[in-house]
Amino acid sequence: MHKLLTDQPGQKMMLLGNEAIARGAIEAGVAIAATYPGTPSSEISLNLFQVARESDLYFEYSINEKVALEVTAAAANAGVRSLCIMKHVGVNVAADALMTLAYVGVKAGLVIISADDPYMFSSQNEQDNRYYGKLSGLPIVEPSSVEEVKDLVPYAFDLSEKLNEPVILRTTTRINHSSGIVSLGKIKPRITTGSFNKDPFNYVTVPAVSRKLHIKLLQNFEKAAGLSDASPYNFTQGRGRWGIICNGVSYNYASDAVTDLNIADRIRILRIGFSHPMPAAMVKTFLKDCEKVLIIEEGEPYMEEAVKALAQEANLTLPIRGKGKDLFSRLFEFNPADVRKCIAAYFGVPFTAKAKPDLTDVPEIPARPPNLCAGCSHRATFYAVRKAAEGRDTIYPTDIGCYTLGFLPPLSMGDFLICMGSSIGTSCGFSKATNQKVISYIGDSTFFHAGIPGLVNAVFNNHNFTLVILDNGTTAMTGHQPHPGVDMSQMNMNGYQQVSIENIVRAVGVKHVSVIRPYQVKKSIEAVKAALDHQGVSVVISKEACVLHRKSLKKTVDKPFYVSDKCKNHRNCINDLACPAFYIDKNRVKINPDQCVGCAVCAQICPENAILPLKRSKA
Amino acid sequence: MDTTRLIIVAVGGQGNLLASKVLAEAALIADIPVRMSEIHGMAQRGGVVESAVVFGDARSTIISDGEADVLVGFEPSETLRAINKCNANTIVITNISPLPPFTVAIGKGVYPDLGELQKLIKAKTAKLIAFDAVALAKKAGNVMSLNMVLLGALVQTGTLPLSGESVKEAIRSATKESFQTVNLTAFDLGFAAAQNA
Repeated sequence: MHKLLTDQPGQKMMLLGNEAIARGAIEAGVAIAATYPGTPSSEISLNLFQVARESDLYFEYSINEKVALEVTAAAANAGVRSLCIMKHVGVNVAADALMTLAYVGVKAGLVIISADDPYMFSSQNEQDNRYYGKLSGLPIVEPSSVEEVKDLVPYAFDLSEKLNEPVILRTTTRINHSSGIVSLGKIKPRITTGSFNKDPFNYVTVPAVSRKLHIKLLQNFEKAAGLSDASPYNFTQGRGRWGIICNGVSYNYASDAVTDLNIADRIRILRIGFSHPMPAAMVKTFLKDCEKVLIIEEGEPYMEEAVKALAQEANLTLPIRGKGKDLFSRLFEFNPADVRKCIAAYFGVPFTAKAKPDLTDVPEIPARPPNLCAGCSHRATFYAVRKAAEGRDTIYPTDIGCYTLGFLPPLSMGDFLICMGSSIGTSCGFSKATNQKVISYIGDSTFFHAGIPGLVNAVFNNHNFTLVILDNGTTAMTGHQPHPGVDMSQMNMNGYQQVSIENIVRAVGVKHVSVIRPYQVKKSIEAVKAALDHQGVSVVISKEACVLHRKSLKKTVDKPFYVSDKCKNHRNCINDLACPAFYIDKNRVKINPDQCVGCAVCAQICPENAILPLKRSKA
Repeated sequence: MDTTRLIIVAVGGQGNLLASKVLAEAALIADIPVRMSEIHGMAQRGGVVESAVVFGDARSTIISDGEADVLVGFEPSETLRAINKCNANTIVITNISPLPPFTVAIGKGVYPDLGELQKLIKAKTAKLIAFDAVALAKKAGNVMSLNMVLLGALVQTGTLPLSGESVKEAIRSATKESFQTVNLTAFDLGFAAAQNA
């Protein structure tokens, strides 16, 4: 049995934040869950995907976040508790659905997880999604710890049903990827089937209906404000005259700082866990009891703006600070020492931190950047395209996935990237605005997520570029989740259809379509050359399984190669491919047989044909 | 209870996350408060994996520069890279069998001299325990048990509020049965190596 299905209330378990969220959803009786994978949210979905295989929970990897939200919005309006999971930028994709769903509301609970990523450990921006609360009018709750988030999920479901609105549960990477000891609660029985009661004058958002629904949303907002003031997730601690208002992980850093600085008797903390709407009455009472207040929040000054506005309403003029020079930054993640330093400085508490080591005599340590895996098919495709495009002035718009790493030298295959699917849309613009040859890259999962409309646009408007679809048969970057192009039978899963990328590309009217096997270097270069010569939109589908995924499915990899004595040290292999299986030993190129997966691409480009398959006796 | 802060650094694939999971399970068994966090975004693509394990009453799950009580490095250059987490009272345990980053292979960096590396760490911290943990893992029967070798050495130092027995119990419950004998042997070899260091 999956550990998250353990029906032993009171049992303590060490859980990753994302496991705790999934467990919280199970305890809340969630019956339908949908997602598009995105770090730092991915393990929530992975666990529910596994749980669904051994229970009556329905879980799906939707094609993108907007569809995932639509799936769960409908389910919740049919009376079934639903969960929708996405990373922060996924909410942008779902925003069109979200904004009007706020008007329509829900019948059964719907919780939307927005996993924000301060510092951008694995994201293209660090937007603060608390502003989606203001934009949509929906409630937002935020946990400070792994233990808390497990209970916050059922709370969010109850809140959603009290307000008949979706509730956004916002996490940050440090919650998702921290672990803590969680005490299991009771599992509410799942109600997996509901019934939709027709009510078009409340569900079909034509202007006359929406005018009425917006009034309802604002009334709900008033109700939510009262619930925020009464919420156990907004609480005050301590009786001092120095106030700290904080949320999320900042609460942990502030608590530890108060202990380290030994100022518990002087501090009063207001922890905000229900952050939209802000608990206005609670904040005003708190401010009245303080001499000065410091607001500690990662990201934007969301609470700071609200608190300053509330102080004005209450005719309070005490100093309230948060973001600013010498105080907190809007950038990146916080850490305990920096928070402690700011608290000590703001309230004038002397403190000497432990001396950091003097690093002036430490030599520069060679960087260890993430790299495409040994034998990664993307590297082979990038090599073929580079060779085919030699002599041309090129622009390489790229997209989101492992292959984004191809922008690093020596491959240097990636010139522009803003969001999922942008490779194709921006190719349309670059090809109109320049005379350069535009060659863009998109992965298979990203193509399904946001690439198809761009491609239809390109065909209709007769743009001129070559799109390379890197089809490795999985959503590799986030941990090998399936997508509509995947053959689910290889995961022993039935009841799925498989959607062919090639059929889609041909069906939308692309005139020049070729499919390559990128490990076949010469053939691939020829096919790409022909695609580049085509005027108009041409598509190259490069098909080869993800090496990591192949290993995890326990499919064998091919025999490793070695560099024989014929090598004359041209080093085309290592210099052009930068495969991590290579290393230099006594000025000679060697291949690590434990890393080499036998793709044979280097063997095909070696001018001396010096790279040969390792015979078993040598292995 | 007092807080003990541990940082473990490794290269993706070296089993760092399992090591920290074992320690957290051991703390759970011994009823000791524990929190941890990990950064493993692109670990499978050859990057660095760092985990922080905080024992005791602190709420934070991350460890600021200069505030680690113990640093365990699975790869010597990564141990040196993480020296900013240490202070003069920190105990450092490192494997000295290198796994040079690819940047070295393509001439974009020089791997630090192992003797110099140890001298530097020794000078900046309270104690350095350095040994070839890969060799011991192989001796235990599987190079993948490197993480258990280092756990053994870590427990021997007595810096964590955990007994060897509770960690061994966690190894039994958190690792696959087929690897348990190798893992426990590796743990003992690491423990002995730290004793002799």
